Parts: sequence; structure tokens; C-alpha cells
Amino acid sequence: MNTEISGVVFTYLLTLAIAIPLGRYIARIFKGEKTWLDFMAPVERFIFRFSGIDTKREMNWKQHLFALLTINSVWLIYAFVCLMAQGHLPLNPDGNPGQSPDTAFNTAISFLVNCNLQHYSGESGATYFTQHFVFMFLHFVSAATGIAALIVLFRALKDKVTDKLGNFWDYFVKSITRILLPISFVIAVIFAFNGMTTSYAGKDTFISMQGDTVHVSRGPVAALVAIKHLGTNGGGWFGANSAHPIENPNYLTNTTELVAQCIIPIALVFALGFYLNKKKFSYVIFGVMTLGMLLLLIPTMNAELNGNPAIAHMGVSQPTGAMEGKEVRFGPANSAYWSIMTTIISTGSVNSMHDSAMPVSGVMMMMGMMVNCFYGGCGVGILNFYIFIIIAVFISGLMVGRTPEFLGRKIEAREMKIASLIALLHPFIILVGLAISSYVIVHMPGADWAVKPSAWLNNPGNHGFSEMLYEYTSSAANNGSGFEGLGDGNIFWNVTTGIVMVLGRFLPIIGPLAIAGLLANKKFIPESAGTLKSDTSTFGVMIFAVIIIIAALSFFPSLALGPIAEHFSLK
Amino acid sequence: MKTYLLPSIKLTIILIVITAGIYPLAIAGIGKFTPGHGDGETITYKGRVVGYAGIGQKFTKDEYFWSRPSAVDYNAAGSGGSNKGPSNPDYLKQVEGRIADFLKHNPGVTRAQIPAELVTASGSGLDPDLSPAGAQVQVARIAKIRGLSADALTKLVDAHTEKPMWGVFGPAKVNVLKLNVALDELKK
Repeated sequence: MNTEISGVVFTYLLTLAIAIPLGRYIARIFKGEKTWLDFMAPVERFIFRFSGIDTKREMNWKQHLFALLTINSVWLIYAFVCLMAQGHLPLNPDGNPGQSPDTAFNTAISFLVNCNLQHYSGESGATYFTQHFVFMFLHFVSAATGIAALIVLFRALKDKVTDKLGNFWDYFVKSITRILLPISFVIAVIFAFNGMTTSYAGKDTFISMQGDTVHVSRGPVAALVAIKHLGTNGGGWFGANSAHPIENPNYLTNTTELVAQCIIPIALVFALGFYLNKKKFSYVIFGVMTLGMLLLLIPTMNAELNGNPAIAHMGVSQPTGAMEGKEVRFGPANSAYWSIMTTIISTGSVNSMHDSAMPVSGVMMMMGMMVNCFYGGCGVGILNFYIFIIIAVFISGLMVGRTPEFLGRKIEAREMKIASLIALLHPFIILVGLAISSYVIVHMPGADWAVKPSAWLNNPGNHGFSEMLYEYTSSAANNGSGFEGLGDGNIFWNVTTGIVMVLGRFLPIIGPLAIAGLLANKKFIPESAGTLKSDTSTFGVMIFAVIIIIAALSFFPSLALGPIAEHFSLK
Repeated sequence: MKTYLLPSIKLTIILIVITAGIYPLAIAGIGKFTPGHGDGETITYKGRVVGYAGIGQKFTKDEYFWSRPSAVDYNAAGSGGSNKGPSNPDYLKQVEGRIADFLKHNPGVTRAQIPAELVTASGSGLDPDLSPAGAQVQVARIAKIRGLSADALTKLVDAHTEKPMWGVFGPAKVNVLKLNVALDELKK
């Protein structure tokens, strides 16, 4: 087998080999069973005592949401202030200035919501202080927020008729002390020994072999890059993200970064089965998600390995595939795999420039974010998937003429209303944003912003349209990757994508938790011969069909105008 | 309000200390024991630092192996790709220009021999590597200018070709800076 392909297969198998035991471990933590990291218990007790939190106090779903939203608001204000003031704060060896209010607004939201859209460049737009005390901190806590919200759902699915769903702070802190922090530590050490910088020294200068004077940005990168992937955040140290030679020095670090970003989302699928004692149910979910992943991955790898037909036309050989925007040390096969994983998993880090990928790849990446639950982000992937489950249960119920039930609870009008609203929210915010930006480009080309609308698009025609579609899709999916040619460093994009990111984060957390909380309070109906079995492949097919119809088809017209049209025009 | 806001603020403070203070400091401490001492691994030639092993630098002179085109002109205090779409007509013109330029400096080489990475910009703009084919195709030019045998240069490229990870995963590559340092040392 070609070494590029075998590298991809190896990476995926390694991911599963780690994710499955990790899933069992995560289930044990939140069931309160013994684990080998119990030595962290004193640290947790100290944290709770310092914060004045009593973890014995159980919360209902509304109290959980209240806690979640309160602490997130604290972080938002904190991050916004730090970013504006970073020029005057310590740990700024390169003397970078503070961010403008609209950039700080966008950046603070972006890291708060686990999106990590970056409308600045790390080398010049952030300081060591904000990279640590804002970005790295938010990497941890935004991922932990997602995991904690998911555990509330687990709890609601498990218990019979209750409104006591555990303590939010307990889930949240343990996600950090038992999962994110220890694993990040191990990953960061691997990175440090593979050439990623760790020291706090600022820029260096040297004279190259040819005699050019070169300034080199550096920094304590390894610690940040570990949690950036583990927490499916994606916001990197440098502008070029994980394509940068310091942020991703070799194939081993690349494999580690790829594995790191996939293990928690996949582990959580298995954790669901271990937690509820319904392993078959998690196999069905895993099967649906993996099928979706493969359907996106295979065309992408095929397109990238075949290279750009327009360049083939010039007579140049593309033995490895399309190389624009890609690094030699990773190669197109791995870059294609990364671009699909990072889009289905809402990481949004990149090791190649997505803007320069083949149009078919562009379609697949955007579909990954439009569906946003093939594995999905830390915790939120399954929350999104849960919405599709509810809809699939409801439609299946209607098809056979029975009251729809899921895990022993009736799904009624109120739950369905919430599920439909959340499912439709995603296309709504993306397409409305796209419509507004398209209008502005056409009707206000000379508007006096940092980047004029007439200069927004780095590419003409259909590809330019794709740049805007990608940006809103990435914001709504809290992904954070971009077709980076887009001139997004101005007030229009900062504000509109900021709003889209907030809506795309918190409503899809509130909705599923509300449904789960409402269901947990309902009468438990024991399984009977007429119960719809949720752990069968038939049900898996049903969920898959719902996902395709709702998530993929609502975007088809916009994809047709962008990357699909570009594909057919490329000769 | 007090039930949620006050614990939120205190929890935020303590978690900032742990995740953004203690954790990276511990990693920085461990980094001191790594090959580059956490500052990045440098390459020294004739007693002075001529670059970082991992960070590509500009090589455009005919007597050196060229590195890939860069959208940021190998500015290591910035980074990025061209973000040009595959169908962009201006971009395709630019690629055509690079092909013509390469052919002019490498007489005898045919279009089909030029691997794509030599005429396309990398994602970071700081790609330190070429594929082995990307280095070999430049051997004839350098041999002629430096008055070396093509055979010796081919061997030099082979010696600097790094195999895929563990021999089986990922692409083979050649680090351009290390290769060019070895090339200068060859002359002595």
C-alpha cells in the first residue's frame, strides 16, 4: 500500500484503539466509579472549596443551564477585556498592540464557543499573555462545558422519572481534571520532544544561507497545541495553524494532533453506551457517524490525490496530488483526511489551506460542518445528534402509526417543536448570513470598512461565493476553519459571524438539554413488543436519512452555486 | 444570582491559574530537556546560525536547491498560504509563469518532470521540504554551475532523503536547508 494511504489508515485505527477504552474510562468517571486518576480528588476538593461549591447539590435541567450560561458570560467579559488591553499587559515580548473592539468581540466569542474562528494572525494579533490566559484557558473550559452539558443528557437518559440530574460544577471540573488536563499534558510532552517550541522567548533573528535577514516568531506553543486539538478547539498559535512548521513539525506530531482531536468525540459515543448499559445503541450511533465520515472522506481523498486538472493541463506532473496550500511533509492524502476530520469534528485547525483545496473537497468539508454531528465537537456532537434522533423517532412513530417513544419516554409536541427549531436554526443562520453578505458585496462595494466589500473575495466567481458560504457555515458549526482568502478582518464579518457563533453554540446546547429534562420528568413506559427499538440498524438508517434530508438538502442550492459549479467549470 | 455568579468567578480564577499558569510552565520546564531546549532546533554552518531546521527559508539562487514558492516570501514572523482557489485564472497564470521560469533556469528539464510542489505555494509559506523528485530534478542545474558531478549530487540528495515515518507511514521528503548546507560543505 502507498505510504500516504497507509498513514491515514494507521491514524484512524490508532484513534479507535485509544477512543474505545477512553470511552469506558469517561463513563466510569461520571458514574462515580474508581479510576486510576483518583489521585486528582484532593485537587478537585481544593477547587470546589476555593470556589464555594457544594457538589452534592443536585440540579434540574434549568439550573444546569443557568450555571452554564452564567460562567460562560463571566468568561466572555473577561476575554473581551484582556484582548482589548493586551498591548499593555505583561508577556508581550513582540510588542503586539491590543485588538480593536470588533476584532476583540469576534475573538472573545470565537474562543468562548469552542469555534476559534481567527480574524487576526497569531504572530501579530495576540500576545503570549492572551495566548495563555485567554485562548488556552478557553480551550480547556469551552471543551469542558460541552462535555459537562453532554453528561447532563446522559444522566437524563439514564434515570427513571427524575428532575435531579447531578451537579454541573462537578461534571465541568472533572472534565478538566480527569480528562482534558492529564491527556493534554502527555500530548504536549510528545510535541516538545518533536521540535515544537515550549519556551517564553520572543522572536529570533538570523541571516539565511542566501544572506536574507529572517525574523522567526516562536513561543510556548506545545502546551497550547495539545489542548487545541484535544478539546476540538482548533485555534492555533500561528496564522498558518497546524500547517506551520513549529505548530506541526513532522508526521508524528501530525498523527498525534489528528488522533488528539478525534478521541474525545468518538470516546463520548462509546461512553454513552457504557454509561447507559446500552452498548448496541452506541454501536448504532457510531456506525451512522462513521458511514457519514467515509462518505465525505473518500471523494475528498480521491479529488486531492488526483490533483488539480487545470495544473495537469499545463503538463506538470502531480505524482503526489494537488499541492497548492499543502505541506510536503504531510502530503495530499493526509491533508485530505485532516480536512474532513477537522470539519466533521468541529476542530477547525488546518494542516493545509482549505481555500486551495479541490472544489469536491470543498463540498465535503462544508457538508461535514452543515451536518455537524458525524462525531462532532467535544460533547456538542452528540447533543446535535440527539436532535436528529428525536426527529427520527418521531417520524418513525408516525410511519407505523404509534406514539413515538424513545428510551421509555413519549415524545410529544413540545419536544418536537424544540427539536425542529434547533434543527432548522443551523441552515437559517448560515443562509441568512450568506444572503446579507452577498447583498453587501453587490450593493455596497465601497463601504468604508477595514476591508472594503469589493476586496473581500480572494477568488473570483463561484469560488468567491464559496468563501462566504464556508465562513458562515464554519461559524454556525463552531468549527473555526476558513477559506482564509476571505477578507474577514473588518467590522462586518467580525460582528455578523460573532452573532452567528453565539446562536450556533448556545441554542444547540439549550435545546437538547431542555428536551432531555422534559423527557426525564415524564412517566416511564417499560419496553413492550410495540416499542421502537433504538439499537437496530433499521433505526440507524432512519437517523441517517433524517440527517441527509434536513442537514444536507437544505444547503444543496447554495453548494450548487459555489463549489459544485466550480467543479464543473474546472478543466 | 449569588448561587451562580460568585462560584463562577472564583472557579474561573482558580482554573486560569491551573490551565494557563501551572500547565504551560510545567511543559516549558520539560521543554528545557528537549533537543532545541524549547527554543527550536537551529542549524549552524561555519560557526553561525543559518536557520531553523524545521522552518523553510528562501532559496532562489541557481547554485542552491530551490525551495518551494511561498505566499509570504518565507517571512517566518508571519505565515500563510496563497488561498488561491484551484480555478482562479490569475493563479493559474502565476503557476504557468513559475513553470516557464523553472524551465528557463533548468534547460533540458521537460514539463512532465517538474513535480507540482515546485510550482505551487505551501500552506504555511514556510515549508522546509521538497519531495525527493523535487530535489533530483534540480541536480543537473546545480552540477553544471558548481562543476560537480551529477552522480555525486544525486547521491547527496539520496543521503538527505528522509524516509516515511517508521518506513511505512506518510511521504518521503528532503529538508532543503540541510541539503544546501551539505551542498556547500561538499565544495570544500
